[in-house]
Amino acid sequence: MAFLELEKLTKSFGSHNAVDGLTLGVEKGEFVALLGPSGCGKTTTLQMIAGFVEPTSGAIRLGGKDLLAMKPAKRGLGIVFQSYALFPHMTVAENVGFGLEMQGVAAAERRTRVGETLELVGLGAFTTRFPRQMSGGQQQRVALARALVIRPQVLLLDEPLSNLDAKLREGMQIELRQIQRTVGTTTILVTHDQAEAMALSDRIVVMNQGKAEQIGPPHEAYERPATPFVANFLGKTNLVNGATVRPERISFSTVGLAGTVRTRIFQGNHWLYQVETGSGLVTVIRQNTGEAMPGEGDGVHLAWEGRA
Amino acid sequence: MKAAPYLLCLPALVLFAGVVIVPLGMTVLLSFHDWGQYKGIEPVFILKNWQEVLGDSYFHEMFARTFRIAFFVTLLAAVFGAPEAYILNRMRSPWRGIFLLVILGPLLISVVARTLGWALLFGGNSGLVNKALMGMGLISAPLPFMFTETGIVIALAHVLMPYMVLAVWASLQRLDPQIENAAVALGAGPFTVLRRIVLPQVMPGILSGAVIVFALAASAFATPAIIGGRRLKVASTLAFDEFLNTLNWPLGAAVAMLLLAALVAIIWGTNRLVERRYAQVFA
Repeated sequence: MAFLELEKLTKSFGSHNAVDGLTLGVEKGEFVALLGPSGCGKTTTLQMIAGFVEPTSGAIRLGGKDLLAMKPAKRGLGIVFQSYALFPHMTVAENVGFGLEMQGVAAAERRTRVGETLELVGLGAFTTRFPRQMSGGQQQRVALARALVIRPQVLLLDEPLSNLDAKLREGMQIELRQIQRTVGTTTILVTHDQAEAMALSDRIVVMNQGKAEQIGPPHEAYERPATPFVANFLGKTNLVNGATVRPERISFSTVGLAGTVRTRIFQGNHWLYQVETGSGLVTVIRQNTGEAMPGEGDGVHLAWEGRA
Repeated sequence: MKAAPYLLCLPALVLFAGVVIVPLGMTVLLSFHDWGQYKGIEPVFILKNWQEVLGDSYFHEMFARTFRIAFFVTLLAAVFGAPEAYILNRMRSPWRGIFLLVILGPLLISVVARTLGWALLFGGNSGLVNKALMGMGLISAPLPFMFTETGIVIALAHVLMPYMVLAVWASLQRLDPQIENAAVALGAGPFTVLRRIVLPQVMPGILSGAVIVFALAASAFATPAIIGGRRLKVASTLAFDEFLNTLNWPLGAAVAMLLLAALVAIIWGTNRLVERRYAQVFA
């Protein structure tokens, strides 16, 4: 039996099922990402676990206990909100210490644990700042510290990195992964960013219209997508003569599918090609190795594994 | 030098000076003029009026009453208006609009009409309010509401409540709803969320509402005039009487200017306090 179990979880708004019979088991210490486009039901699922939305039917169990019977305030989950939802009138230390205060932890121990957790997220020197005086990335860390300091059974992350710029997001991804490994908290991440989901999680749940299309390790879902939706959502795909091929698996060759380069875009570490062929437009991604590459208008042949 | 911006401001500036600054300046001058029963207003420069207003215990009592009433009206408006705004903010779409209209509706009716309504409710021993209170067994004998400070405070609090509700509501709308969820997830009960999370965030709204309500209550005329009657005077009704009954315009001007100065000082002080206290917390 898994640590956190969602069983046939359903949430209906009128006749529309936002979440439709979702069943998922999360092991202790595991990092699972709920991935999908907006409106796929991933955030509703997270809110049902947190207790802010009541399921229409189904069950949620944590460590064998019925979570739905507990009030949100009693569930002891750590949540990082998309907007961070920091308390603007409290200092960083007061923000992080709030959960411990609610648990009745004594002031001295509270100070120690707040200090430790802020060190963990690299904000040891910021205890007396107010959230308004910090950057987005720093606020994000405070939100993470506030969720972790109560030693939650499960950490819920709701699009935690979507408000950061691209460069900062990448750095925070690595850091988030390391912190999660260090503390070993079971974590559920909700995101619409497939790169983020694949970078962070042990398993991803690709959701579409309230249902799980595929549940599995990121690499497996990418290499062996269960449905065309999963294939399309996890990166670019080509549909050539009924078979799906990833663009980075196609190489230029002397034999194979003949075509003409329509556009060529340089993206630093790789080239992105659109090649006009007899079976339609094919996207090709080639690593930039410094060698000369075919230009626009050139005739090329495309080859990939599984096709002679 | 670029003159255009100043020239463009000029018409508004002239209008402002014409309708605000000039009359105000004339009122200040007026307060230094002399007045006598038979000689009328004499354009001389004397401190008699100010000495009278600042030295006579009758005026002390009257100003104390004015600010006491304003204080309790503000308190009452905050105690009822802030929760009212909170409830309003949590209502769903059709009800929110309906109740907003209910709250703001009184602003569309003349203050005089509303106050006369209160006078009817308060009136005498058989007034509706006393009947209701006695009917519920809360009091055994009728309470005096007419011609008392209690009556003025209640009626003014009702008249000015919408300003408090609007001010608090505006600050509630800036609140991130997730913040309450965050507090709940960290184990806070509903009351703790209100006291520790919501209240401190709407405090600037309550304070700015309080400044408006206090200023309007301290300078209110119709309600104290109707509920307070001829004898229970506040600064504005006294200034009115000096101007129109006694015809002692200079003394009335001194009373009016003192009220204005006291209000400006109080509002300015409160603003400074709010700005200093909340500058780093709220942008």
